[in-house]
Amino acid sequence: MKKYTFSIYRYNPDVDNAPHMKEYTLEMEDSQDLMVLEALIKLKEQDPSLAFRRSCREGVCGSDGMNINGKNGLACITHLSSLKSDKIVIRPLPGLPVIRDLIVDMSQFYQQYEKIKPYLINDDKTPPARERLQSPEDRAKLDGLYECILCACCSTSCPSFWWNPDKFVGPAGLLHAYRFLIDSRDTATDERLDELDDAFSVFRCHGIMNCVNVCPKGLNPTKAIGHIKSMLLSRAV
Amino acid sequence: MVTAAATFGRSGSHDFILLRASAIVMVLYSLFMAGFFLSTPDVTYQVWSGLFANIWMKVFTMLALSSVLIHGWIGIWQVSTDYVKASGLRAFIQLVFSVGLIAVWLTGLFVLWGV
Ligand code: SF4
Ligand code: SF4
Ligand code: FES
Repeated sequence: MKKYTFSIYRYNPDVDNAPHMKEYTLEMEDSQDLMVLEALIKLKEQDPSLAFRRSCREGVCGSDGMNINGKNGLACITHLSSLKSDKIVIRPLPGLPVIRDLIVDMSQFYQQYEKIKPYLINDDKTPPARERLQSPEDRAKLDGLYECILCACCSTSCPSFWWNPDKFVGPAGLLHAYRFLIDSRDTATDERLDELDDAFSVFRCHGIMNCVNVCPKGLNPTKAIGHIKSMLLSRAV
Repeated sequence: MVTAAATFGRSGSHDFILLRASAIVMVLYSLFMAGFFLSTPDVTYQVWSGLFANIWMKVFTMLALSSVLIHGWIGIWQVSTDYVKASGLRAFIQLVFSVGLIAVWLTGLFVLWGV
């Protein structure tokens, strides 16, 4: 048998005056390896008051982003063995207001997403009868962008987002912004760029690359942000 | 509420370009100065004031000091809007640095005038 110790951030604003860390232990067979989410579900059997979000349990819905031993990730696809420690510290995603325990208020994150108009804009007066065609080359430009599941692991690991979550769009939102800027079927490229060309929305990214380091889908927001900066700068000179 | 009113450039990309351009000028000036000290074994008062008597040196120096002003202005604005949440304190810090940077620029101007 092996034993894991969990230290989990607990805060219930209805009863607690302040957040605190609570210790739990979990035993399992030596040969057994669980995902962090499975461990949390077992801990919830011990202590039903423990609150966290989850849904798909396979890394596609983006509900269970949390800070595991100091690094943001999805609990459902993080093996306990990958943490290389029998002591596990779990906290909510940093920087967002805590609703309860590991559940954060994602409003600021979604507001930034909404700001970049995450939908196709096409001013074509006579839309094609069936579908808008796109060449395989143009379609390939969306790879590495469309896969984002909005888990917020990236934006909540970004210092620029911590300091100005109301004005800096953040890596997730900017990844989506580039997804529409580069889409051959979107005709609002200039309007989109106009809305990003202030001192905060894009340019607060200083290339720290925390976002790339944590993205559970292996995406690269910094690269997309670099492309947006180039688009803005080539208009400016 | 932080707005972009107190920064130097007209837009995010303008700030970005000003920061990079001023950085290049400062690097060139530093390299020039390092080269001057390495290639001049004996820096006497005559050599030093002779250097700054050249009109191109005055212009180069003013360009470098202008770059310090612009780079510092934008930089302090960016750092203070990240880390200083209290708007009164933020305004005070921006004021102190902006006045200080302008003072450095003016000092350089009058000193060069006299050489
Ligand atoms: S870019 Fe990656 S980390 Fe960021 S929200 Fe999308 S999937 Fe999550
Ligand atoms: S690269 Fe940019 S967006 Fe990504 S974490 Fe760093 S500052 Fe944030
Ligand atoms: S539960 Fe859906 S991503 Fe983890």
